[in-house]
Amino acid sequence: MTAPAALHPRLNSVPPTAEEAAALERTWRDPPGLFAWLAAINHKAIGKRFIVTAFGFFVAGGLLAAAMRLQLARPDNRLIGPDLYNQIFTMHGTTMMFLFAVPVMQAMSVYLVPLMIGSRSVAFPRMNAYAYWVYLFGGLMLFVAFALNIGPDAGWFSYVPLSGPDYSPGKRIDFWAQMITFTELSGLLEAVILVTTVFKLRAPGMTLNRIPLFVWGMLVTAFMVMFAMPAVMLASTALITDRLVGTHFYNPAEGGDVILWQHLFWFFGHPEVYLIFIPGLGFMSSIIPTFARRPIFGYSAMVLALIATAFLAFGLWVHHMFATNLPELGKSFFTAVSMMIAIPSAVQIFCWLATLWTGKLVFRTPLLFTLAFFFVLVLGGMTGLILASVPLDLQVHDTYFVVAHLHYVLIGGAVFPLFGAFYYWFPKITGRMMSERLGRWNFWLFLIGFNVTFFPMHLLGLQGMPRRVYTYGAEMGWGGLNALASIGALTIAVSMLLFVVNVWRSLRHGEPAGDNPWGAGTLEWSIASPPPACNFAAIPVVAGRDPLWEPGGIGGHVAGLSVDSRETLMTTVLDAEPETRESFPEPNIWPFAGAVATSVFFIGSIFTPWAVVWGSVPVGIALTVWFWPRKRENRAHLVLEHAP
Amino acid sequence: MSARREDEKGRPAALGAVAAAGRPEAAIDVRDLPSFDFSHRSLMWWGTAGLMAIEGTVFALAIVMYFYLRSHSDTWPMSTPPPGLLWGTLNTAILAISAWPNQLAKRAAERLDRRGVQIWLTICLALGVLFLIVRAFEFTALNVRWDSDAYGSIVWMLLALHTTHLVTDTWDTAVLDVLFFTGPLEGKRYVDVNENAIYWDFVVLSWLPIYAVIYLAPRV
Repeated sequence: MTAPAALHPRLNSVPPTAEEAAALERTWRDPPGLFAWLAAINHKAIGKRFIVTAFGFFVAGGLLAAAMRLQLARPDNRLIGPDLYNQIFTMHGTTMMFLFAVPVMQAMSVYLVPLMIGSRSVAFPRMNAYAYWVYLFGGLMLFVAFALNIGPDAGWFSYVPLSGPDYSPGKRIDFWAQMITFTELSGLLEAVILVTTVFKLRAPGMTLNRIPLFVWGMLVTAFMVMFAMPAVMLASTALITDRLVGTHFYNPAEGGDVILWQHLFWFFGHPEVYLIFIPGLGFMSSIIPTFARRPIFGYSAMVLALIATAFLAFGLWVHHMFATNLPELGKSFFTAVSMMIAIPSAVQIFCWLATLWTGKLVFRTPLLFTLAFFFVLVLGGMTGLILASVPLDLQVHDTYFVVAHLHYVLIGGAVFPLFGAFYYWFPKITGRMMSERLGRWNFWLFLIGFNVTFFPMHLLGLQGMPRRVYTYGAEMGWGGLNALASIGALTIAVSMLLFVVNVWRSLRHGEPAGDNPWGAGTLEWSIASPPPACNFAAIPVVAGRDPLWEPGGIGGHVAGLSVDSRETLMTTVLDAEPETRESFPEPNIWPFAGAVATSVFFIGSIFTPWAVVWGSVPVGIALTVWFWPRKRENRAHLVLEHAP
Repeated sequence: MSARREDEKGRPAALGAVAAAGRPEAAIDVRDLPSFDFSHRSLMWWGTAGLMAIEGTVFALAIVMYFYLRSHSDTWPMSTPPPGLLWGTLNTAILAISAWPNQLAKRAAERLDRRGVQIWLTICLALGVLFLIVRAFEFTALNVRWDSDAYGSIVWMLLALHTTHLVTDTWDTAVLDVLFFTGPLEGKRYVDVNENAIYWDFVVLSWLPIYAVIYLAPRV
């Protein structure tokens, strides 16, 4: 592809000619075929796989939840035994938190962020592919283990000493700990990719105070990932060495401490809630202006609120540990911060309300999902304030009240906006609209089913029903509310089935979407649906926050990038002024091979510590071959080279 | 603000500002922009900075773990003598010295001086290998096993974490060094050398607090 341009590189003009656009398509497309499929690195191909995989794990986690609700539907049920039940609730929590909620947000941004900021790619596209494969293999490993009856069974936060070598012999917890290594490696790499993409690959003129709020949200999230996820990786590494090579980090008999696990886990675990929640806020801020037909109210306040939330999120972790023997004065600090974080959240909620109040609302499915956020999340936030105060927390700690709270927060704060986002961007990704009718059924059944499932759990918790019990006696009087919750779960299952049907049908028979079906204002709607392989045949020059809504919002285009090499433009961090142009790498099988080698390394180390030694050799080889420059690519780059 | 500084670097003035953005269908021609550049103008710099933030967090948390465990014990080290000072201190000296050829390799890369990169990168590599050999002796002088007690566990964890960084960065240096002898080269590879040098500085600088924790903290 690069050969014909050897002497006189062909550069794009403004507007690009049909010939240039065709050349760009050839250059940026991942070639067909199975081998090439494994070697693909285009951010849209990887993003789509990422999204589909994450939703696949969502369905798997949902089926596990349905199994639990079946078991709990009536007292003294013998459908699922205690050992399997322990695995199921652990798998459900682990899947939803580590394999769905955080990755799906990164997956959406891998696809969307370059389109929203006017770039042709994410930064480090091969690392992006590697991160995807590592995530996929880690998730598959966990489910294979579960299918072989070695699924983890100590809860999604795997407290020691229960998860330690004395109380959890066998390999179950080791698989859990390595699942953490897989997913957090993937998540950390994606964070680096996103930060670099947002800082360096924005279209000219898209200064930091013009980037879409969703991109701000993902930027803030990526920074949080970089400081939160190392804690859980370190914690789970210490756990697995305790289990496999006899270290004593969590063994009180030899000077270790079990509360250390809780500190490390929640230092990650509480920010993690916001890793899920902040992208949800980003979806809200994208959807609301479009369907309120006006720019967002209070952009700067929204950005500051996001950043404030990120900082405060690191001062909350002990509120998961109020039932431990920590100094009371320390706990009151964490109570204060837990109350304080309501302030930036409220700022955003009021900004959205102002946007909605002063807009002309168009009630399509994406807006319905975001409106549900207000109702559900606010309820979850209120119970959060209850749980943030030590005496009340002690009363309901480890009961179904906590289960109700966390589902209201996570489903209300992230999953409803995520579904809204799915309906909103599906036309851009596939070129077809989703059915509005099925969408409404999906929405209402989900909303009603959700409340019927989880509202009774508040009451069950107040009545003292502990979480994670596989059954309960009829004399406890919890049967009625549990049956109601199970009916709600069934309703959610039906709504999800409708969602899958809607996706399936719309892919084939959906109405053609056109470039901008919602009349939205951000850059991704300025190009075809689905977008061409290079995203922008000529990179736009941005002159406003909602470039498609403002006269002169796109103030020109960039000429002079090669059409035969994967060249894209780098701009300055703050003001997005053109700085360098760089040729990006071509598709390459080695990120996939590297991920396979990495999986062998991680899974091997569950069975022998020596895998850390011999397993690193193939990883080193794969990563080196991946890096080593190819002569053909090198020649093409030299033609375009221009030293600073 | 940053834009102005970059203009002083001698950029074509027309490209410095997006003043043209106001005019409809104005085209910015970027064909004369450099195809690579150093420091915060390169993607690699941001990627490396991100990794350093992550790994710096890991080191910081491991040190917090050390003192957390220490606060839960009446004696520290719990039942063994503190680590011998010889090898660790020798290694600190080697690391400190390695910062110098490392800096020269970095500067050679910025001058696009292939010969200079070859020379200084080879010297860095030799020091890296020497360091790894001494590191093996360091492990033998810790006077405690990882499975003796919690003190032993965290000391081994800290040293193993840092050693992982040494091994990977020594390998990176070796790969780059070979590439600078064999080719194929392009401008971007000088940026890689530059970033590799920055990463080595990180490995050196992060060693100093870890050295203090492993070798000095048990003595005070």
